[in-house]
Amino acid sequence: MGEDNNKENKYSIIIPTYNERLNIALIIYLVFKHLKDVDFEVIVVDDGSPDGTQDVVKQLQQVYGEDRILLRARPRKLGLGTAYYHGLKHASGEFVIIMDADLSHHPKYLPSFIRKQKETGANIVTGTRYVRNGGVHGWNLMRKLTSRGANVLAQTLLWPGVSDLTGSFRLYERCVLEDVINSCVSKGYVFQMEMIVRASRKGYHIEEVPITFVDRVYGSSKLGGSEIVEYLKGLLYLLFTT
Amino acid sequence: MKHVLKIMALLVAISAFWIGLLETSVVPRSYTWLLAIYLIVSLGCYGLLMVGIGLMLFPTCPQEAVLLQKDIAEAKEFLKNKGVDVGSD
Repeated sequence: MGEDNNKENKYSIIIPTYNERLNIALIIYLVFKHLKDVDFEVIVVDDGSPDGTQDVVKQLQQVYGEDRILLRARPRKLGLGTAYYHGLKHASGEFVIIMDADLSHHPKYLPSFIRKQKETGANIVTGTRYVRNGGVHGWNLMRKLTSRGANVLAQTLLWPGVSDLTGSFRLYERCVLEDVINSCVSKGYVFQMEMIVRASRKGYHIEEVPITFVDRVYGSSKLGGSEIVEYLKGLLYLLFTT
Repeated sequence: MKHVLKIMALLVAISAFWIGLLETSVVPRSYTWLLAIYLIVSLGCYGLLMVGIGLMLFPTCPQEAVLLQKDIAEAKEFLKNKGVDVGSD
């Protein structure tokens, strides 16, 4: 149908984990379920989880093959940005997908990322929770308010060109990820913001696909005062350095 | 060009235009600070409006939680049969 299917692209899916013994198994099952006709590999970057995550990954390797699931562990918690960087070094695909291990990112959206990239030739496809066919479940009113306020502030200050700045469910062309990741210095979710803003400034073609986000980490007060301060500092940093 | 410079350039352009209007007496001197106040208040109102609208139209997906539970059950079933330890959380 006019699509260049002869050039089979390989997709490297990098999943950083820390104490995700059960979730990593579920995620990998779902990835294999939804990417049946796709050439891909999963790279699990585990930061020395004490709960035996790596043992479960080894069991999964027996089921799915050691060439499909790569375990590239690190000795201890070393941060998200470096986890992607570490995974990238072992990635053999032309495209790299990053996603969370806690099932807030559902692998059923992977085909839509891939399809969007093929259709538009984009350098980066980022998942957005804040559009009509997307959504979030598990947030109370306060959380939604903070999220919305943070988003409006970031849009006003940065004009980023994407609707969901802090999302971490993304597909990158391999060389683009390498380029952008080398110029980012932030940590945590500000890192995700910095990645997409720098990519936007560099003129990369960025597309969005709707995703749904089920927050199962109930009761974890991930948004305290210090998080908000970090966020504002991150915004100012991005305002003046990008 | 750095993004913040773009914003500064825009502000400088607007200020220059306004000062021009003041200097040529198209606008009386007593109105000097009106533009700044007007812009800041407008920006604030716009921000609040966007937050309010966004909050009202915030997309939710309660059915996804249900679907997820189904997927989890399916995954556990499959993996248990293949010898993967899915007992603990």
